[in-house]
Amino acid sequence: MANVRHGTVKEPFIHITKNAAMPFWKGLLIRASAVIAAFILCSLLAYFLIGANPGEFLKTFFEGNFGSNAASAKLRIWKLAKDTAILLCIALAITPAFRMRFWNIGAEGQVLISALASVAVVYYNAGRLEDGPLLVLMFIASIAAGMIWAVIPAIFKALWNANETLFTLMMNYVATFFVAYCLVKWTPNGSSVLGELKTGHLPSFGHDYLVLILVVLVTTAFMFVYLYYSKHGYEISVVGESQRTACYIGINVKKVIIRTMALSGALCGLTGFLLVAALDHSVTTTSVGGRGFTAIIVSWLAKFNPLIMIGTALLLVFLNHGAGQLATVFRVSFAFPDVVTGIVIFFVIGCEFFIRYKVHFRRKTRTAQVADNGSGGGGGALDSPGDNEKPDIVPDKGGKLK
Amino acid sequence: MKIIEFLLSALAIGVTFLYGSTGEIITEKAGHLNLGIPGIMGIGAACGCAALNAMLPESSDMTPFLPPWLIVVIALLATLIGAGLMGLLYSFLAVTLRANQNVTGLAMTIFGTGLTKYIFAGLETKGVKYIWALPYFRFPFNNTTSALQYCGVLVFLGIAVAIISSVILSRTRVGLHLRAVGESPATADAAGINVTRYKYIATIIGSAIAGLGGLFYVMDYQGSQEAYLSVEAMGWLSVALVIFSLWRPYISIFGSFVFGALFILGSYLPSFGLMVDVATANLIKTLPYVVTIIVLIITSVRNRRENQPPASLGVSYFREDR
Repeated sequence: MANVRHGTVKEPFIHITKNAAMPFWKGLLIRASAVIAAFILCSLLAYFLIGANPGEFLKTFFEGNFGSNAASAKLRIWKLAKDTAILLCIALAITPAFRMRFWNIGAEGQVLISALASVAVVYYNAGRLEDGPLLVLMFIASIAAGMIWAVIPAIFKALWNANETLFTLMMNYVATFFVAYCLVKWTPNGSSVLGELKTGHLPSFGHDYLVLILVVLVTTAFMFVYLYYSKHGYEISVVGESQRTACYIGINVKKVIIRTMALSGALCGLTGFLLVAALDHSVTTTSVGGRGFTAIIVSWLAKFNPLIMIGTALLLVFLNHGAGQLATVFRVSFAFPDVVTGIVIFFVIGCEFFIRYKVHFRRKTRTAQVADNGSGGGGGALDSPGDNEKPDIVPDKGGKLK
Repeated sequence: MKIIEFLLSALAIGVTFLYGSTGEIITEKAGHLNLGIPGIMGIGAACGCAALNAMLPESSDMTPFLPPWLIVVIALLATLIGAGLMGLLYSFLAVTLRANQNVTGLAMTIFGTGLTKYIFAGLETKGVKYIWALPYFRFPFNNTTSALQYCGVLVFLGIAVAIISSVILSRTRVGLHLRAVGESPATADAAGINVTRYKYIATIIGSAIAGLGGLFYVMDYQGSQEAYLSVEAMGWLSVALVIFSLWRPYISIFGSFVFGALFILGSYLPSFGLMVDVATANLIKTLPYVVTIIVLIITSVRNRRENQPPASLGVSYFREDR
């Protein structure tokens, strides 16, 4: 009614409707142009803030990821693959929960606490066990720790509908300070610097990072099959779409929530185990370093599809390494990569709108308006200007009723 | 005397959380879970400090060009504008473009904390002049050496903002409309409330208030060059305080004091004659979070309608959705 004044019809300037399925290539094109637009903005920022011209910007960005000569190239590319693998692994872990619309933003804490569990096994073992059984114990401890950290919020969500976003967020900090507590306990002078553990290293072949990367690839394939081709995966999708539908077709929603979060936590546990056994051989309060949050963006950008996640994880690590190199070369703050990553994410988040919705601007001619309303769907009843007499009557009626 | 010092500093650190949580409550009442609060608080602090750096003279001995109160006011304005712009960015993404709120918020935090560190690192290269403005912020107690020095003008402003927000939310038509938008935007829309406008304004005002918390933390409570590095943690605690105070700013005043006390308890216990080692002090630091979890559990188990989060919290509103 607000649109109708003095007998003339005022169409809203912008009218938004939902888009039907968009061809895959078109969606990809929109996303790619968003990334390119973000890059242009970042290079402009780099030009004005740190004085790097666009050529240097791109060159430094690529050198940060792929090195400037053969020797550094090998090193950098392995590092790129390693960081992508870890980020991907965390993203895989939170994906089943996210597909269920369970907003688990506690991956940070779940990974950290499982890394701590692995370190605890090594610490209390004190060199008694061989590496073989020790690794098995570490693995079990990590998985268990991750599961416990994830299942606690899940139980309260399933039974009493406690807000999972806030619950898992709080669990992150409990984990962080618990790690701080253990580190002070375990270091003789209370220095909190544990140093590299001597035992409990995963055997490596080919390259130090190869085992890690292979494990993550296998996990990716497993998660893809689990989510898209298994009964569990189907149940997760149904619960995510509509809990009522899930109830109606006989899915035990509570069970699915707890089971899925247990899986989510177990995968976080796997990441924590890999961090300790394959990479860091130690733990600090910043071992995960915000990757638990970045992984959420990785997973969401990939529309919760494990295979696409390889690409999105790579994109974010690529940004981080490139901007990191830029910060090193041009001697600016170490925080520069976060700014660049943030800008690119904003663009990619924003562009999703143009994939999901269609924007109609106000047409000039009267006939076009009518035609638009017919085809636009949705808002027909509310601002239907098709009938000339109706709008004239409606405001009067409203006026009298008041 | 130690106990008074403890209580006063608990009050002071609590005000950081109070600003953050009041801002977040206003935003959440409009149905938006803004997880960008940690980043926004950082940006608020960065903008305020950058303004201070620009206003203060070359050396700390020289009297500044402007009167102290004006310096504080301009710094506050810079903070409000900087943090408000972050709120505008969030609203554009989450309200107009209907992006996922969790993802948008986390991106805001990544971007905001990054930019904060970048700005402060830039200030450091030019000399951290903003620290000299510390006495202005601690007005009227700026000359005392006791814990009273923490209770500057921003403490009172924070409490006032929380009370005013509380009254507006629960006693005025604007507050009623805002709550309606957060509970059921479709109903509010049908009743003729401009949902988009309410969401935008609530988010921007909420962000601006949260930004003041960042400035308060850096310029008043800590008053040190390294303070900006820990703003993010303060932001997450503010988000926790929202749950603790059951989405009511007046409970938040009390809650912020409790959080503040729990937050600094570890470092004060030895002066009360209770010996705690560094390890246990770390465990004590989990208390605000554990208490929040317990409150979250109790409210959801009791399931009383007035203690629940806004019903459409975290859900984007699209008029033509069915």
